[in-house]
This record gives sequence, C-alpha cells and structure tokens, in this order.
Amino acid sequence: MNQTITSHNSSSINSALSDSSSKHNLSHASFNEVHVLHQLKHYLPSQTPLKDFIHHNSLHAFQGMKFYDAIFKASEIFGFQVAMELHDYRKLIEVGRIRAEILDKVICDKKGSEHLAIWKSNILSKEYDEHISSRIGLLRANWKVAHQVDLDTMVQPLLFRVLCSYLDQGVAIWEFPVGGKSFLDSLKDLEKNSFTSLFKTSRAQKLLFQQDLSVSGLLDILIGNEVYFEQYLFDQQFSHRGWSGLVSAVEDKPDTLLSPKQISLKDLIIFELLLEIDNLDYVLGSNWKPLCTSINFPPVDLFADIETTELQEVFKICQDAFEWSYYDEVLAGVKQLSESKQNSSKISSTEPKNFQAMFCIDERECSLRRHIESIDNRCETFGTPGFFSVEFFFQAHNAKFYDKLCPAPVTPNYLIKEFDVTEKRKHDLFYTNKSHSFHTGFISSFTLGFWAAIRLVRNVFKPSMAPAISNAFAHMNSKGKLTVENVSTSDRENNLQIGFTVDEMTTRVASLLNGIALTKNFAPLVYVIAHGSSSANNPHHGAHDCGACSGRPGSVNARVFASMANNEKVRLALKQQGIDIPTSTQFVGGLHDTAADEIEFYDLNVLNTVNAQKHKENAIAFENALDLNAKERSRRFASIDTKMPIKKVRRAIKERSVSLFEPRPELGHGTNTLCVVGKRDLTKGLFLDRRAFLNSYDYKTDPEGKFLTGIMKPLGPVCGGINLEYYFSRVDNYKLGAGTKLPHNVMGLFGVANSSDGDLRPGLPWQMIEVHDPVRLMIIVEHFPDVVLKTVQSTPEMYEWFINEWVHLAAVNPETSEISYFVKGAFVPYQPLANSIHFFKDVNALLEDAKEMETNHIAHATQENLPIYFYN
Amino acid sequence: MEQLLQFFILLPFVGYVVSLFIPDKKEKFIASIASTIVGVHFLALLVFVGFWIINRSPVLDIRHLTFYKEDSIEIFINFYFDKITAVFALVGASITFLVAVYSRFYLHRDSGFKRFFNTLLLFYFAYTLVIFSGNFETLFVGWEFLGITSFLLIVFYRDRYLPVKNGLKTISLYRLGDVCLILSLWMSHHLWHENITFNKLNDLQLVATHINEHNYFTIFIIVMFVIAATIKSAQIPFSSWLPRAMEGPTTSSAIFYGSLSVHLGVFLLLRTYPYWQTLISMKVLVISIGSLTAITASLIARVQSSVKTQIAYGSIAQIGLMFIEVAMGWHVLALVHFTGNAFLRTYQLLVSPSVLGYFIHDQFFSYVPQNYNTTNSFIRKLSNSFYLLSIKEWNMDVLQFRCLWLPLKKLGRQLNFINSKIIFSILILVYFGGLFCFSFEEKIPKPLDDLLHLFFGFIAMILVIKAFSERQNALKAWTLIIASQFYLILSIAFLNDKYEYVEILIYVSGLLLSAITGFICLFKLKKIEKSIDLNSFSGHIYEHPRIAFLFLLSCLGFVGLPFTPSFIGIDLMFSHIHKNEYLLILFSSVSFLFIEIAALRMYARLFLGPHKKAYHPIAYRSS
Repeated sequence: MNQTITSHNSSSINSALSDSSSKHNLSHASFNEVHVLHQLKHYLPSQTPLKDFIHHNSLHAFQGMKFYDAIFKASEIFGFQVAMELHDYRKLIEVGRIRAEILDKVICDKKGSEHLAIWKSNILSKEYDEHISSRIGLLRANWKVAHQVDLDTMVQPLLFRVLCSYLDQGVAIWEFPVGGKSFLDSLKDLEKNSFTSLFKTSRAQKLLFQQDLSVSGLLDILIGNEVYFEQYLFDQQFSHRGWSGLVSAVEDKPDTLLSPKQISLKDLIIFELLLEIDNLDYVLGSNWKPLCTSINFPPVDLFADIETTELQEVFKICQDAFEWSYYDEVLAGVKQLSESKQNSSKISSTEPKNFQAMFCIDERECSLRRHIESIDNRCETFGTPGFFSVEFFFQAHNAKFYDKLCPAPVTPNYLIKEFDVTEKRKHDLFYTNKSHSFHTGFISSFTLGFWAAIRLVRNVFKPSMAPAISNAFAHMNSKGKLTVENVSTSDRENNLQIGFTVDEMTTRVASLLNGIALTKNFAPLVYVIAHGSSSANNPHHGAHDCGACSGRPGSVNARVFASMANNEKVRLALKQQGIDIPTSTQFVGGLHDTAADEIEFYDLNVLNTVNAQKHKENAIAFENALDLNAKERSRRFASIDTKMPIKKVRRAIKERSVSLFEPRPELGHGTNTLCVVGKRDLTKGLFLDRRAFLNSYDYKTDPEGKFLTGIMKPLGPVCGGINLEYYFSRVDNYKLGAGTKLPHNVMGLFGVANSSDGDLRPGLPWQMIEVHDPVRLMIIVEHFPDVVLKTVQSTPEMYEWFINEWVHLAAVNPETSEISYFVKGAFVPYQPLANSIHFFKDVNALLEDAKEMETNHIAHATQENLPIYFYN
Repeated sequence: MEQLLQFFILLPFVGYVVSLFIPDKKEKFIASIASTIVGVHFLALLVFVGFWIINRSPVLDIRHLTFYKEDSIEIFINFYFDKITAVFALVGASITFLVAVYSRFYLHRDSGFKRFFNTLLLFYFAYTLVIFSGNFETLFVGWEFLGITSFLLIVFYRDRYLPVKNGLKTISLYRLGDVCLILSLWMSHHLWHENITFNKLNDLQLVATHINEHNYFTIFIIVMFVIAATIKSAQIPFSSWLPRAMEGPTTSSAIFYGSLSVHLGVFLLLRTYPYWQTLISMKVLVISIGSLTAITASLIARVQSSVKTQIAYGSIAQIGLMFIEVAMGWHVLALVHFTGNAFLRTYQLLVSPSVLGYFIHDQFFSYVPQNYNTTNSFIRKLSNSFYLLSIKEWNMDVLQFRCLWLPLKKLGRQLNFINSKIIFSILILVYFGGLFCFSFEEKIPKPLDDLLHLFFGFIAMILVIKAFSERQNALKAWTLIIASQFYLILSIAFLNDKYEYVEILIYVSGLLLSAITGFICLFKLKKIEKSIDLNSFSGHIYEHPRIAFLFLLSCLGFVGLPFTPSFIGIDLMFSHIHKNEYLLILFSSVSFLFIEIAALRMYARLFLGPHKKAYHPIAYRSS
C-alpha cells in the first residue's frame, strides 16, 4: 500500500531525467514563483471567453520547435494524442487515401531508397506499443497512494463553483456578493463578512488571512521540499487546464469579459492550495506530513528532452504521406492549369466586366465565388481578409460596449457608431433566469409552461428565426446609419477617434485595392461581401463568424469600406495615387450568411439609376449562385437530399441555421487545407471542394514583394491558427478539443463544461471537426521563389511558421508554371506525381453523386472529400 | 374499455424490442421507429381519453397476467386508469414524441445513436407501466426499469469519468428508494394479506378501518413511500443528484431530469394519497419536505452560475410546491402545475445552449454594473452566509456521503479479513452446515432456529458490504455477492416452515444463471486483460463491448430486474419475512440495497470510465 508512483513508463522518464540532469541541471532547485507562473501561463490553453472566439494553434506554446518535435514532446508531457492512431493511417493506406506512390516517395526522401522495404513493412504491419504516457500528474497522484485522499474529487467541485460564480457574466440571479476587488480579496471579504465559511477546517481559513500569504508558503505546508514545487503546480493546474486556462486568459485580457473581474492565476493557485490543505486537514486531521516525506524519487523535469522512437518516425512518414497525397494532386492541378492557360491564347483581361465582387479569403466563400463566376462569366471575384483593411471598434445603437472588428492582434484607434435605428430589439421570455425561484417559477409554470409546449412543437416542426438565435444579419441594423467619416479629429470617445478622416480612408482603400490588384478596369458595380453565420443553440457560434473580424460578422466592415470607396474626396485622393475609379463605378457592401446562404446588400439607395437597374440583375445572379452554393453544401448534410429541387435544398439549408436541434448548422472551417495567394486565374477552373483560403494578389503589380509581406504576415496566425486548431481538435478531441457538444452545459456565459462539476472544455467540439482531415495548411504563392523566400524571412515571427513546419509553403513560378516547395530554409523544385486530373463538365452532377461518409471515423469521413477536378 | 389499457403498455415495449434489431447505422429507421411508436401512442391516447371523457371518465381497473399464485401470495399485474394517469400519460407521450423527433437530428452520427433510442423506448415503456399500474407490484416493475434506464442514460458518455461517477451516485440513491418501496410492499403484504390494488385504496371505509387496526405499520408503509418519492423527485435532503445526473445529451437530460422522471415522486404521492389523506402527521411530513425544498432549492438555483444546474434546482423547487399541493388535496392544481413545469423545464433545457448568445447579446445593450453592499451590517453577513451555503448546496452532498455511504465503506474496509482463504473455506463449511440443519429443521429447537436465521442474514449483509468495498479482485467481489445471496436464501428458508422448494428453485435458478454468466464474463476478461482489479475505472468496454453487455445483463438479472426469476424470488422472500422480524428485514434490505449497487459498481469499474490503455485519445478525469 505504501509504494509510490514513480512513472507509468519508468524507462523513458528515467532516461529523460538523466538527459535533463545534464542539460537543465534540474533547473529550479530553488523555486522561482514568477518564473513558474510565467511558464504555467505559457503552456495553459489561451482560449478566451466563447463570445470572442479566436482560432489559434492549440499547441502555441511549442511553436518555437519544429512541428514533429513539438507535437511529440507535447504528447510526452501532457499525454495528448498528436497524430492519428496507427491503425487509422493503415486504414487510409488500405483505402488508397494515402497514395502508395506518395508513401514510397516520402520514405525514400526521409530514409533513403535502400530502406524503403523495411520502413514500408514497419508502417504496414509492425506492432508498436502505442501507449501514451505522460509526465504530468505523477507527483500529485501520490496523495492517493500515500494517504488515500482523492484531492481532485474533494477540491474541484467547490473550486470550479466558486470560480464560476466569481467570474459569472449573468447566469446567476444572485450575483457573487463581493465585487470590484481581486479574486482573493473578494474571498477574504466574503469570509470575514459571513457566519459560515468556504472551508471545512480552521487552519486553511486562518491561512487565508495571513499577512505573508504566498504560493511557496502554502507549498511548504503541502509539499515540504522546494525541488518539487514546480512539478506540483503543473500537476495541479493541468488537472483542470480548462479553468486554469480561462483564468490565465482573462488575467491577460480582462476586457474579454463584459462584466469586469480581477482574477489572476496566482489567486487561483493560492485558493486551490488552501482548499487542498483544508481537505487534507479534514480527512487526515492536522497531523499529516508534507508530501515529500512519502516519496523517494527526484522531481521530474517536465520539459526535459524526449526519447526519439521508431514509432515517431512511422508517424512522421504516415502523416507526411497523408498530407502529400492531397497536396501533390493540388500542385499537379495548379501546374497543369497554369500551363494550359499560358499555352492558350490569352483571354483579354481588359474585356469590360459586369460586376466585381470581393469576398473574404475564408475557404467557405471559395464555392460561392466559383458559382457566381459560372452564372455570370463576365464577373470577376477577389479574395481579401474579411475586415477589408478597415480596423475599428463598432458600437451598435444603444449598446453599452464596443465590438472589435478587425484581426485579434490589432488594436484599433477608431470607433464607428451606429445611429438612427428605429427598430426595437426583441426579447424572449423563455430565457429569463427569473423563473427559477419558487414563486416566479410557480407563475411561469402556469403561463410560460403551456406556451413552451406550443413553442416546442413549432421549433421541432417549423423552425424559424427567433430573438435567441444568433443572427448574423442582426449584428448591425441595415436601416441604421454609421459614423464612417470623421467630423473633426477632436471628435473622440474613450480615446478613440470617431470615424476616419479622408486621408485615413484613402490609405485603407488604396491598401486593399493594391493588395488584390484591382486598380483599373473597374466594373460599374463592385461588391464588398463580408460574411457571418447564423446558428441556433450554439455556444460556439463565434467560431463560425469571420476570423478577420475577431469572430464576428463583417457586415459593418463591408459597409464602411463601400462607403469609403464611394466617398468623392477619397476618390479624388486615390486618383492622385494612380487609382482612378470612374464616377460611374459604385461600391456596394453586403453580408453573406454562410450557414443560411443568404446575402443582404447595404445602402442600395446611394446607387444611381443605371447601377440600381444593374444591381437588380446582379442580385438575381447572386441568388442563383446561393442556390448552387446551398446545393454544394448540402451534400455533407445527411438531413438534406442533394437531388431535391434546388429551391427546396435552399430552404432546407436555411432551416438548418435556425433549428434548435441542429448541432451542425454549418461545418465551419472543417476540411480547410489550402491557402492560395495569387490571381484568381491560378485556381479558376480547379475544383477545390471549399478547402482553400483564396487571397487575391498579382505578382506583376508587386515585383519586389512589398504588398506580399502584408498579405503573408497574417496568414500564419489566422489561416494557420484555424488549421492547427482543427488539426489538434481532430486528432485528440478529448484532450485538445471540446468533445461532443450534446452534453455541454454553459458556464457563466464564458465557456462550456460537461456536467455541473466538470472542467471547462476549450477547443472545438466534435460536431465541428468530424469532416476535417488532420493535415497542415499548404500555402501556395504565385510569385518567383526568391521573392517569396525573401518575404517570409522578413520577420522572425512569420518565418517561424514556415521554418518550423507548422504550415507548408509552395511557390508557383508565374512565368514557367514550375512549382517549388519550401524545405529547410530553401525552395526546391517539386515535380508532382499525379498526372491525370479528371475533368468535370458539370460540377453539380459531381456533387449529387458524391459519397456520404459511412461513419465519422477518419477513414470514412475523409472519403467524403472529393479529389481535385478541372471544370469549365 | 379496460381491455385497451394493455395496448398502451404493450406498444412501447414492442417498439423497444423492434428497435433492438435495427442495425446501428440505420439512423433514420431507428429514429422513425421511436417517433412513430410514441406518436401513435400519443394519438391513440388522445382518442382514448376523448372517449373516456365522453363516458364520464370512469376509473378503469383490470387485472392481467398472474405470475405466481400460492395460498397466501399472489403476484399479478394490474392496470388502472383515472385522471392522474390521463394527465401523466398525455404529457409523457407528447414530450417523449417531441424529444424523439428532436433527437433524430440532435444525435446524428453520435456513436451512441441507437443506444439512445433503445433506452428512450425502454424508458417510455417503464414510464407508462408506472403510470398505468394498478397495484404496487406493477408500479415497482416500472420503477425498477426506470432506474436502470436512468443509469444507462447518465453514463451515456461512458468513456469519461464524471458521467460514470455520477451515474453510480444516482443509481445508488435510486436503489435506496427502491428498497423503501420493497419494504412498503413487504409490509402491506402482511397487512392486507393480498396485493392491494389502487382501486381498493379508493374505498375510504376500508382504508379507515385498516388504518385503525394497524396504525404504526401503516405509518411505516407511508413513510417508505414518501422517502421513495422524495428521492425520485430530488427533494431535500436528496437533491444533489439531479444536477449531476445531467451528463447525457441535452435531450435526455430534458426528458428525464427536466420533466418526466423527476415528477414521478409527485405521481407516487398522488397515487397513494387515499391511503394517507386522513393522517395529519403524514400530511405534515410531506408539506414540510415540500416547503423546505421549495425554499432551499430556490436559494440554490439563484446562486447557480451554470445553466443546467440552475434549471435543475428551479425544477426541484416547483416539485416541492407540488408536494405541498398534493398533501393539501389540491390535485387538479398539482396536475396542471406538473404539466406546465414539465413543458417549461423541457424547453428550457433544450434551449439551454442558446443562453450564452442570448444573454451576452442582451448584456451588450442593457448591462448595468452591480452595486455591491460594502457595509459590515448583520443583514449583509446573514445574506453572505446564505449565499455561501447555497453555493455549497447546503452541504447536502457531503452529508449524504458521510451519513449514508462513508460508514458502510469504512465498515467494508474493516472486513478485509474476509479475503483470506481460510475465511472462505469456513464460510462454505458454515453454509453446508446451514443446509444440513435446514433439512432437519423440524428437530431444531425454536430459539436456535430463530438465532440461526438471524445469523445467516447477518452474514449475508456483511458479505455484500464487503463486496461493495472490494477493490482488489473482481472475481472475489462477484463471489461475495453470490455468496451473500445464498446466505440470504438460507436465512429466510429457516424462517418459514412452509417454505416451498419450488420457490427456492425459482429464485436459485435465476441466481445461478446470472452468477454463471457473470463468472464467464469475468474469466474471459481476466484471460485477456490479466488483472481485473476494481481500484479505478478501467473502461474495458472500448475493447470488449460484448463482454460488457453480457456482464451488464447478468448484473441486472442478478439484482432482480423485473421479470427475471430473481425478481419473483425477492418478492416472495420478502413476503416470507414476518412483520415483526425487524432485524432480519434490516439485514435483508441492506443486502438488497447493496447488491445492485455492488454489482453495478463492478460493471462500472470494469467496463466504464476512461480506458486504462492509453493508446487512443482519452478524456481527462476532470472533463
């Protein structure tokens, strides 16, 4: 009974230990609180409250290392599954989803062709011990071994409940009675001013009020020996990484909570240590000895180097082969398409266009662009990050807060206010938390109760938009007005300038138009289409909105941009910079709801009569494109028969977005793999199955790569971040994802947990990632390799993404159509193996016959993804 | 018209059986079977109730299917229909139907899709059985099924720690309620000398004379009912299981813990009301429980910062009020209240994920910073104290653990000596000694006879408590459970000279079947997995779903799930214990309480929870 847990896998830990003792010298023989807190914050999940859903690399803490080194190390430390299971890879090889010739090539490249046979047999049939051991939790587990005390079960329910109550944003009717103070001070206040206590015993209670209350002081009582402190704190905080991560994120960004709270990881740790002492006193009496007296092994250096294993090599080969089985096809397609276009007589690009439309680079817009182009072959589409280069805070009419509408790292200096809104906001009585007391509940039962029955019937059989459904179009009132133009620079609010000056507007419009190379040949109408997503009953709805607008619909940005570009003074200034927009050209803002597949256009009243007429025609084209887009999306939804009449499909798609019972209103960024930076022509004609972020860019206008730097910089954090979050949530949905959303319970309006006593679940829920193939992002840039290389090397933060292999990078030589691939700091030519890309005349027929996944296991799910096709 | 009642019970059962045979992947088929069955059930009910009302709503009562008949005992299934049944049936059918349709989309591609609908139909069958039941036996059968389906839905996400832990917690309390029901069944057998039907309870005259004759025994019966109802409806002091039972998909939480299952306590009180309507003390008891719950649960609901927990306590508070309404005799009010509350909480739970978006949006426009009271007044101190107590759920969870389970766990640990082989041999010897004595029972003097059966009963109890706390070896735990059952039979056999061998045979045959199946499962598992200890959850269902299923069946048969021979055996046994055998009834009811808990604990520890072998993604314990 008195044995202690040294490790699950003593050999690897011991070797890790001996490794580390030489290198790290068991680095923290003396405990450095600031350092350890910093380390903890670095490794904890950094997801902020769900209302601000910003995608990011789940293993951001390891980003300084090469991808494979990083993931295997993270796995060794925290026990994550970081690649698919071996039998899944084998299944993918079996069904041909990992192509045999690619597998051979990857093995030859990595191991040399002479070892092909042996590695192939390893991969296909050798038995490996796939058990994942983890370093975390080993020390703290000894409470149970030595004292039969299960601290987690005793401490966590109360700890979570107190944390949730303190941070609560409005679920509880009776709010935490102390406010305006730090977490620990609030607890002290509460303890002092009540007849009962949070604690069960007196020592912990006294300690709370002790003058020199410190982490190390408490650890002295609990652990005794300083060398174990760091390991213990990691064990403790990672036993509930969800809550600790939220606390750490709120500490760093307090304004992500509407109702402000002063909390810090340190406060959380102190309170948890106190609860531990309290419970140990309670169970064991006050005579227990510190933990270090009952263990006889040295502290484990969590971050020591790890052993390399043959299995890791197998994983590397399999994962690379899986990725390249897809990339190879794509690159082959790009190359062939580019060659054929160069050979064919050039279509004159000066032919006047019916209209031009800008969309977000989001891969969900990729299909809509394809459809609109197929319906009106005299239109032109562009892709650019969906905040349309205008960064600002937005204050909706009567709102008490501002919404940030630009990429997360940017802090805008501008404020756009909405005014002249006459519509009243609608309420929904069912959401009132007032029905939980016995008297109000009594009345509610006799009134709301029977109404609930009717509502339930309606919601089940005839879903429709309601106030409680997050409606992308409600983000801004289309009939309201916006303070786009700054009246005078002294017109400020909370240190933000209201509106933009003409100069500021000009810079932004020019920067966007230059970036996408739309500086001449303007069509009479230029659409600026942002996107957002409506969904019902979905705490993760922010994850479906525009990532470039900090997880919100981009409607205001589109409208602001259109208004700027229509501004006569701006046009004049643009003309001086060489961008001559004819007066007959007008910009129209719009919002595409990616779940409901609807578009709303803004400020149509400014259109002149000719353009108004033209818009009417274009609007029909957009309508038809949306029909097709809905049809294309429907193939992945089991509840919709793709072969139904198209209008019916469209209605069914819209219904999904307002259905309470639909956990997949849309599939978000699932299946994203590619990011193409280049002219539309580079991929126009290539069916990419809604898997590619498309950023418009013309190398010709930018021989030096000046604009390219601006374009490439956010691709890592934004597209790479999205891609890696999907990757990790896919391969380990239990630890790195949020698990299935069906049992989720909303905690304090900032997160979800399972059950009433569970840890918060950061990451993506199962319903969002089940269609996703866990492959890294491949960025394809249309430019000369040396320019691309120079560009990505221009800042270390950007370069890190590529040199450490968190995203792949390829360049397409615009003159020769040659492909080169970035590997170990240089571009090397790449000759695609795939040579027969099929041609498909009618994409719709392809979609109708596409296979639906049998189950959501990867080997089945991935077969829903279609290969690359050429289309007309 | 009475003849139609059986149709309402049969239909969900047929649906359940049919749904078992549909392949996993036929989602549409599975879901439409469920919604069609429940939908047809609902329509049929509507028509039936229409005719019933035209016929001036008579009370219907019909006897079906006699299981077992002997001079003194008769076990039969009896159906009954009155306005209480009508309301509970209509509400139950409509909510189940809506949730079934809702779940078809909600659970799409969930690995437990089929399992969910199977369990839902079984639950619906159990629910109808309870509300259509015409006597306590029939009600008990439904009650038991309901408990099992609850357990299965709470542990729906069985590869995580918390659902399994909370599932066990809930089923343990449910089992306590079941034992209370068994005890009241036992006592009423002795008092009425028959299976009293609810119809007969309506006879005021009869009940009144009966109560006069056996005042204390009647109170015992009613208190047992009240405890069972209190547990099922999560009233104080048993409230804390309800929010923790919300581990399954939101839809199952909505139907079970939001609406139908939790209101069955109210149903039980309504059903038994004629029996206790003249007893002021009992009314006071029910009203006290109800009002205490209404107030405390409201307070707890007010401080909850997680949505589902808040709804759970909100609902508990309303059920507290319903307890009061029933005791006051305001039954129509209680029925309307039940209907409204059931729909309201179902809806609130179903839309609970929307709360995040809605409230944040709402706050965006209407946020007002709170003004905190910073005085040092007495009132503030008092209010803070209430706040803290409510956050800690008035320590009910801790108290329950300390008063109910901890002493037994500790006792179990004290019994470590039973592990040695010598003790086992002695136990076997003693048992054969007992059997030997039994065959010569006539020659044993009466006082010794009395002592012996107490002695064997005591051993039975000790063994099962040991099984409950066994951590090292699953085989040993299983053996202990079986041994305890055999000792129990022996003990009761000693009691009654008229004990028939047929009865023992019925019971033993059921027991043996379960025991042997269980052993086969355990041996098979041990052969593959080498060590099968019960120290922590092992999650072997990941690799051995078939063994797990078989073992679950043997657990259920073993603990006397309705319709198994063991069940009839248990009922028979209890009718053989006389009403003044206090010690023996204590021993045997503790044994029955712990047999199911110990068996399901074994099932959970071996097959559920995070998988021991970490070669695939595994959930954190805290998630």
